[in-house]
Amino acid sequence: MARVGVFICHCGENIARTVDVAAAAAAAAKFPGVVYSVDYKYMCSDPGQQLIRKAIADHKLTGAVVAACSPRMHENTFRRAAAAAGMNPYLLEMANVREHCAWVHSDRAAATAKAIDLIRVMVEKVKRNRSLKTITVPVEPTAVVIGGGIAGIQAALDIAAGGKQVVLIEKSPSLGGHMARLSETFPTLDCSQCILTPRMVEAANHPNITLMTSSEVESVGGFVGNFEVTVRRKARYVDPAKCTGCGECWSKCPSKNIPSEFDAGLSRRTAIYRASPQAVPNQPVIDAQHCLMLTKGRCGVCAKVCPRGAINFKDADELVKVKAGAIVLATGFELWDHSAYGEYGAGRIADVIDGFAFERLASASGPTAGEIRRPSDGAEPKTVVFVQCCGSRDEKVGVKYCSKICCMYTAKHAMLYAHKVHGGRAVVFYMDIRSAGKGYDEFVRRAIEKDGAEYIRGRVSKIYRRADGKITVRGTDTLAGMPVTVEADMVVLADAVTPRADAQKLARMLGVAYDADGFFSEAHPKLRPVETAVAGVYLAGACQAPKDIPESVSQASAAAAKVLGLFSKPKLEREPIVSHVNRITCAHCRACINACPYKAIEDFNILDRSGKVLRTVSNVNEGLCQGCGTCVSVCRSKSIDLDGFTDEQVYLQIAALEPVEAGAKTEGSS
Amino acid sequence: MLGENAVNVAQTPTLARSILEATGVDVARCYQCGKCTAGCPMARFMDLMPHQIMRLVQIGNAAAEEKLLACAALWSCAGCLTCTQRCPKDLDPAAVMDVLRQISYDRSKTSPEQKKVLAFHRAFLKTVESDGRMSEFSLVRRYKMASRDFMSDVALAPAMFARGKLKFAAHKSPGRKEVGKIFAACRKRGGA
Amino acid sequence: MKSIGYYPGCALACSGIELDLSIRELSRLAEVELCEVADWNCCGASSAHSTGHDLAVALPYRVLALAEAQGLTEVLAPCASCFSRLKGTLVRLRRNPEMLEKMAGLTGRPCRNSVAVVNVLEYLNRLLKDGLAGKFTAPLKGVKVAAYYGCLLSRGEDIVEGDDAENPTGMEAAIRAAGCEVVPWNFATECCGGAFSLAKPEAVVELSAAILGDAEQAGAQMIVTGCPMCHSNLDMRQRAMSAAGRRTGSMPILYLSELLGLAAGIAPKAIGLDRHFTDAMSVAGRSA
Repeated sequence: MARVGVFICHCGENIARTVDVAAAAAAAAKFPGVVYSVDYKYMCSDPGQQLIRKAIADHKLTGAVVAACSPRMHENTFRRAAAAAGMNPYLLEMANVREHCAWVHSDRAAATAKAIDLIRVMVEKVKRNRSLKTITVPVEPTAVVIGGGIAGIQAALDIAAGGKQVVLIEKSPSLGGHMARLSETFPTLDCSQCILTPRMVEAANHPNITLMTSSEVESVGGFVGNFEVTVRRKARYVDPAKCTGCGECWSKCPSKNIPSEFDAGLSRRTAIYRASPQAVPNQPVIDAQHCLMLTKGRCGVCAKVCPRGAINFKDADELVKVKAGAIVLATGFELWDHSAYGEYGAGRIADVIDGFAFERLASASGPTAGEIRRPSDGAEPKTVVFVQCCGSRDEKVGVKYCSKICCMYTAKHAMLYAHKVHGGRAVVFYMDIRSAGKGYDEFVRRAIEKDGAEYIRGRVSKIYRRADGKITVRGTDTLAGMPVTVEADMVVLADAVTPRADAQKLARMLGVAYDADGFFSEAHPKLRPVETAVAGVYLAGACQAPKDIPESVSQASAAAAKVLGLFSKPKLEREPIVSHVNRITCAHCRACINACPYKAIEDFNILDRSGKVLRTVSNVNEGLCQGCGTCVSVCRSKSIDLDGFTDEQVYLQIAALEPVEAGAKTEGSS
Repeated sequence: MLGENAVNVAQTPTLARSILEATGVDVARCYQCGKCTAGCPMARFMDLMPHQIMRLVQIGNAAAEEKLLACAALWSCAGCLTCTQRCPKDLDPAAVMDVLRQISYDRSKTSPEQKKVLAFHRAFLKTVESDGRMSEFSLVRRYKMASRDFMSDVALAPAMFARGKLKFAAHKSPGRKEVGKIFAACRKRGGA
Repeated sequence: MKSIGYYPGCALACSGIELDLSIRELSRLAEVELCEVADWNCCGASSAHSTGHDLAVALPYRVLALAEAQGLTEVLAPCASCFSRLKGTLVRLRRNPEMLEKMAGLTGRPCRNSVAVVNVLEYLNRLLKDGLAGKFTAPLKGVKVAAYYGCLLSRGEDIVEGDDAENPTGMEAAIRAAGCEVVPWNFATECCGGAFSLAKPEAVVELSAAILGDAEQAGAQMIVTGCPMCHSNLDMRQRAMSAAGRRTGSMPILYLSELLGLAAGIAPKAIGLDRHFTDAMSVAGRSA
């Protein structure tokens, strides 16, 4: 027999001004199943909550409806009060008579009638509420960080500093990502490798961090707190336990003509190679596609000269399973391919390069030892044109968005060039200058006012190479209102920032959404920038949107904080508003499995005593289910229902409403 | 097109709206990058740059319109389509130039500095209206009479005759009267 | 015998006569009948579309209506400007079918917009595909050619189709089939000055000189083009360019159809090679 209590809040004047709360309480007292009905000025206050607790005890209530503000405000408050009085918290519901009634209507009579209806509907629901238990899910306190650039490294260090284990997975043979390839960073002109390498080494040596380089994520199963990540540790052919990084092998390797990815193709590397002298781990790997022994079965010089016998041509890929409670995606970005701009030479002009190539030229440890030299003939360029927005903000070819970092790094490039080539002329063609960070605008002004960079506002229409080797750049000065042609020795294109080509594949593995441009989607653009819609998967760095190093580091630390928050409890508590499958009637049509946006429903085998499969049905993983109810709506046999919002409850709520009379006046516009 | 991008149609200046209706180009989307000007082969011969013309259309008030319709740049445009080809907002500055020319011509507000170009167009059109087809002889004859530019290319004329590239006759089509009627009909509608 | 509608346009009767002659010769060789659109009128070129919207559409519309009434399904318009006007009108009418009625009213002729328009490069490539190269008895040995497309054979969304507008290659197969070497260069789609030949010859001299200059820098011995306006500007004004101090030397300018005609062993005079301002007969001597 239901014994429901109704508690109507005045909320000061907020509700009481418009809704006749006393009348509502009197009406509610007459509802079938209601044994106690009261109104009070501030239900959420201490005496208010005390009132609820006392009523539960005194009247032996089996359910309660608090008619007050939005449940998003105080549902937890009132449920805690109920729990304190010994009633299961899920037997208490709120009727929103403030945001949904008093705050949006002015006609007192109509508003009161509506409030009474809202309360009646919730009373009907509450009578069918069942006691639900909070779901607990164990948490594996290990984080997997995918991506070993600055964002991944920062996240790993922060999580490790919090005392939790981290597995840091990096696709290439070394940590460092793009930041390791930069010469100097804005706005301080710090040497990039100098500030990065200590962190790389710290990450490699940290007792809580397990580093897996030359490794890629193959598949991900499980759910928040209990992920199973299968990592493919690719064959490196060099035994890390034996190798000292002495360099004998790569100095003798005969396969020498491979364009170096690290140096943007400006230098050549050998088949057995180390990306850079600062690589972490500081050990070479063999590029199987170019190794003579691995492709043709001859050579083997490296094995012969290695003093430690560390070369192992029989190495093979290994699949490693890692259990993790949380995953941080920090896969970074790559640059747009400017060969799509036929008017800029379609990528075929050697001295028209991208930003990373310029970084390698400017870098002291780069292919030209920090001297600016053009790729075609090694001459020092006396005029360099920098073209911003190459591919960005383009609705025809390229990407629509602004790549954020190019204004800053172009100013930096112009400054580095001015410092290195005295008397050289740096011309920057720009559309706008986006320099909003701390010290950023001052940095750009310095490039113009102190280092003499010529900033011309206008997009470049055509770039071509003359027979004498000069590069003609046809641009315009929109402010002065005239076309401008510059004969340059070298051109640096600020190519758009795009997500990595394989980022989408990784996202699909995890069920993480990505936007039309391929960047991973955050859970909420304003308030949840480092979480994804998938519980337990977090984002850090440029994989979410173009951003610079300070922002990547901030985001990485934020993601780490989220991870540590997740790991702070040995068990995860989740609201029990989850759906359940009736295994008797489930026909396993899998409509629910396909419809679930959270991949929370799986196949489940019903076994007989000997372990033989009798039938397969659907089963809801309570750890993943978010209670959206999509499965309930697609199930053709009504075999799945949502606790807290069962079909029966919803039908009865609707049935509880009085039908509206034809011609009845309704309150204004909503 | 208008519904897609324009928030407040009533605020769109009249000229911009005419251009939108005639060409589908929504000039509000132009962000003045200047790529059209940068690639324009005739920019060095223009008083207003292509991107400035787009900007004036955006402004669209009486002063802007006056400046636009009377500018010399409209008639220095070669119609090469480089601007349209490369515009990163997928706009069509060449079409905008065309409409401005048409309006300017229709309202007789054409630039006083471009007498030769206009004389050329009038001579061309007069020849077609009368003969149904254009022959260089008829065109050049009319053009020189109108522009008073008798001396240029004089040296080329005999060579052209000798090569059969210039004939001492008009090039008339059988249905030239019908063509003449089309000219008249277009004039009546306004905007021939 | 195959056939195709033929719209010579005004230029092909006089200043562009070589284009007409060479196309007719090649078509005869390829056994394709050119069915001239009866009573065709001028397409209006740039003068019509610069001065009046209705006229700019009505003049090409009449041509399409005539072609349709004649039972033609396809019309070849060798002049790039005519092609741009005809095909541009076709596309416009396709996008705005309500204009058909208006045009019918202005011209007194109905039209369903059923005729396709083909440009000279498409046509020549089609002849090649159908085996014309088999008739090339006198290929030119290794002459270095700069392929010049100009504006209206490279640009125009939905008008020029099937080639890269910035780095077109539509002429390359034909040039190679004629035995020549295609030279990479920068000005393949740069404007020559177009219709400003009469009214702004100084602009034409400057722009065309730059084109010739780049071709020469790239090592080209000859420029091959498809448009009679471009041909005229590049061929006829080389002396003026020298006089203006913009050029030295001379470079033969050939229509692609002339080049193919030479390669097919057709007599140079039959294709108009002797009518150029800048000597092109020397090119004929390069045939095997």
